[in-house]
Amino acid sequence: MPSTSTLGEKTKGVIGVDMPRVDCHEKVTGSAIYTDDIQFGNQLLHARIKRSPHAHALIKKIDTSKAEALPGVKVVVTGADFPKRIGLYLKDKYIFARDRVRFIGEAVAGVAAVSEEIADKAVDLIEVEYEPLDPVFDAEFGASPEAPLIHPDLADYEVPNFIFPVPGTNIANHFKIRKGDVDAVWDQCAAIVEYKFRVPHVQHVPIEPHVAVAKMDETGKITLWASSQSPFAQRNLIAKSLGISESDIRVIAPYVGGGFGCKAGVTMEAMPVAIAMKAQGRPVKLRLTREEEFYTNFVRQGLIAKIKVGCDKDGKLLALQNTMYWDGGASTEYGVNITRAGGYSGTGPYDVPNVKVDSMCIYTNHPIGGAYRGFGMSEVHTGIVQCMDMLAEKIGMDPVAFHKLNCVEGGDIIATGMKMHSVGLRECIDKVAKSIDWGNKGKPSAPNKKRGQGVAIMWKAPAMPPNAGSSAWVELNEDGTVTVGIGGQEIGQGSFTVMAQIAADSLGVPFEWVRIAGPVDTQYSPYEWQTVASRLTWSMGNAVRGAALDARKQIIDMVAQAWNENPEDLDIKDGTVISYKSEESISLKDIVVYGIPKPGFEGWVGGPIVGRGNFMPTYVTGLDKETGQGQRAVVHYTTGAQAIEIEIDTDTGKIDIVKAASAFDVGKAINPSLVKAQIEGGFVQGMSSAIFEEMKLVEGVMQNPNFVDYRIATAVDVPRSIDAIIVETAQDDGPYGARGIGEHPMVPTIAALANAIYNAIGVRVTNPPLSAEKIYLAMLDAGIVK
Amino acid sequence: MAYHRITITVNGSDEVVDVPSNMTLLQMLREKLSLTGTKNGCAAGECGACTVLMNGEPVNSCMVLAVECDGASVVTVEGLSHDSQLDPVQEQLIEAGGVQCGFCTPGILISSRALLNRNPKPSEDEIREALVGNLCRCTGYIRIVEGVKKAAEVGSRAA
Repeated sequence: MPSTSTLGEKTKGVIGVDMPRVDCHEKVTGSAIYTDDIQFGNQLLHARIKRSPHAHALIKKIDTSKAEALPGVKVVVTGADFPKRIGLYLKDKYIFARDRVRFIGEAVAGVAAVSEEIADKAVDLIEVEYEPLDPVFDAEFGASPEAPLIHPDLADYEVPNFIFPVPGTNIANHFKIRKGDVDAVWDQCAAIVEYKFRVPHVQHVPIEPHVAVAKMDETGKITLWASSQSPFAQRNLIAKSLGISESDIRVIAPYVGGGFGCKAGVTMEAMPVAIAMKAQGRPVKLRLTREEEFYTNFVRQGLIAKIKVGCDKDGKLLALQNTMYWDGGASTEYGVNITRAGGYSGTGPYDVPNVKVDSMCIYTNHPIGGAYRGFGMSEVHTGIVQCMDMLAEKIGMDPVAFHKLNCVEGGDIIATGMKMHSVGLRECIDKVAKSIDWGNKGKPSAPNKKRGQGVAIMWKAPAMPPNAGSSAWVELNEDGTVTVGIGGQEIGQGSFTVMAQIAADSLGVPFEWVRIAGPVDTQYSPYEWQTVASRLTWSMGNAVRGAALDARKQIIDMVAQAWNENPEDLDIKDGTVISYKSEESISLKDIVVYGIPKPGFEGWVGGPIVGRGNFMPTYVTGLDKETGQGQRAVVHYTTGAQAIEIEIDTDTGKIDIVKAASAFDVGKAINPSLVKAQIEGGFVQGMSSAIFEEMKLVEGVMQNPNFVDYRIATAVDVPRSIDAIIVETAQDDGPYGARGIGEHPMVPTIAALANAIYNAIGVRVTNPPLSAEKIYLAMLDAGIVK
Repeated sequence: MAYHRITITVNGSDEVVDVPSNMTLLQMLREKLSLTGTKNGCAAGECGACTVLMNGEPVNSCMVLAVECDGASVVTVEGLSHDSQLDPVQEQLIEAGGVQCGFCTPGILISSRALLNRNPKPSEDEIREALVGNLCRCTGYIRIVEGVKKAAEVGSRAA
């Protein structure tokens, strides 16, 4: 347990309080700087990318001569220039395709020119000769021996020891759980449900498209400005792929205009760096168009899940089998770990004695799957939680009672063999059920309307390497204010504000005295693995708390020495050091930089104060390759529940959400308003993906890469209010007991809506998007409407 | 590419700008005048991040050519506050917690200001309708609508 944990300590007025966001004034006045806003002057070159029109083909020849001859073109590069692979977990990707293309939109060549128009023209002038190969567009088929191989060199790829590729197949990772014996207990089940689900590919849709600018100086050092969730991971991966040293790449990451996972790892950022290496000192900017944003970068993987689950006559779960085929796309460098997470959390938040899970990440010729808010959990819960609803009905139980009976609780041995920490999941279920008056749905507002209620529960653990670390520094200024250095990013979730709260409380200064040192800059900011996995409040929060406590100790020791007192008698309150013994006090101003003079001009004590802190989980263990069993698979789980009441228009199939309640056990809400903002925003993103969203992929071509054809929820689509409920069961190693909440709120929403639709019309519409059209056709098929 | 000299009032200040024929108002604001508060989210008139007031009306500045703005008056997010005094929609968006990543925020603020200028006491449905062209992926809109409602209550100040 880290020493920074202070469970039970009395908080001092900034923790658990709705402090205002530290970034909101800049953001409402237009002065907040995003990557695209940085001015680079007349020397800036504009990059555009030549992309593959084939889903799967060999590259026979690339002729760039006409492009190079076009006036205004400064650089043309192809995969031949960059021979080393890149990737976060499984190194299976090139910066520019070499020899073979594997999806429509894959980068084949890059151009930098004095204007975007000229760069576009140059891209058109690049001639590429392809030899088309048979493609794979279905993950289940992709896993079969008949499927064409997409990565014949899979055996040679560099991979960490917790990812299990199957060379000679398209299976990039096969994660298994074998707990108990499912086949031995199906006969003992009083009810069994077996169902196959499909979850489509969706897009993150940050309102800010990806943008990155790179420049190489005359000594070969590179600066990359990027809209990024992962400046340190990008430095690391790009350096390795381009054969340069990590510290020779400096990544500057201003505010991010929405991430949701798509700006984690490395996607397009390596391309401007690669081009800039040949641009003789000129900055090179690559900004994706909205169309490119839809399918050339990370997407959320599609999933086919075959689920079988059974319970005894009292509704107690006996066995669960979940076989998942993830459509990993052309590269699974990040996706392999999503499918691992989908595997070890593949039971959903249920206590089941017998479990068999196979979670397979399959190469296809679709866009590349990457992290998306929830990291596989929305997809996994879509099927599992609907199956629980079906099973509850089959055994004759109310779904809320069924979920309370079967949900995980502290002390349970979960599917991976890990002992569950204490969780408030039952409390979450009770609270959402109460909020929507479960079991008493309101009268339909019109004769052509039908009402239904649905409930869903969820769990999610941070999915990351076992030793993903955080660090922080806390520096005091002459005026007593505090500058906090962090490497985690502000992507809208409010991390800078929460870190300021933790620093203020730990150090004993007013919240307004704390400044976050931004933008994150790998040259000055302390190391942070990535802004992903809902891990910052917990992990970076521990580092900031450690750094602030370190600074606090330095200050108190200095003053104790100057006053000839015992440090235990001193405290820092509101920016003033006080002694409970002598009742002396001194403001932090000046002393934290200049120290304190000794009496009688006999010298000084102290000096500039800089505190340091770090945090890294040290207790996560590996899991057995064949059984998925191990001591501790993850750092912790955040759990929660959602209940909704909907009204369906039987003339159109349109859903109106009448009531929505969402409760999550966040350990401790350091800023309750920001937690609730995550719960609301996540609900709506979940609702949007549940009702509207699907990347329509036909023969590998996305049919709807724009906001007219790919609808996301707008202001008129969302409920009037969402009851956002906070439950707090302390996390033993979280700062103040906190754990993460960023991703979780959207995880249960597809299942909650699907269950409510069934409750309203008596017909199952299982596969998102649960569109008005699909619901209407289902009602038509069932004879509910004519 | 032919260049055109246009005269335009931006946030109350008169500007003379030489623009190529194909330059959009959005590009002119960001690249010629360094007013980068107005954001480029799609360049296709679909996301609303680039919304500005043109002669008092909200427009997607990515869909307007700069040459069309000769003689026009334009207000961007930078022009909403005066002498460090925030517009009520800015204040109330902060108060309601309607800001997260902030990328849609400039467009949301301009659309809201346009609404309150033409309808100082809008209903909740009217607010939602007015914001339907401004996509936000973070907040779920509820707090944004709340902020606009409150801005209407505290009274508007024409931008």
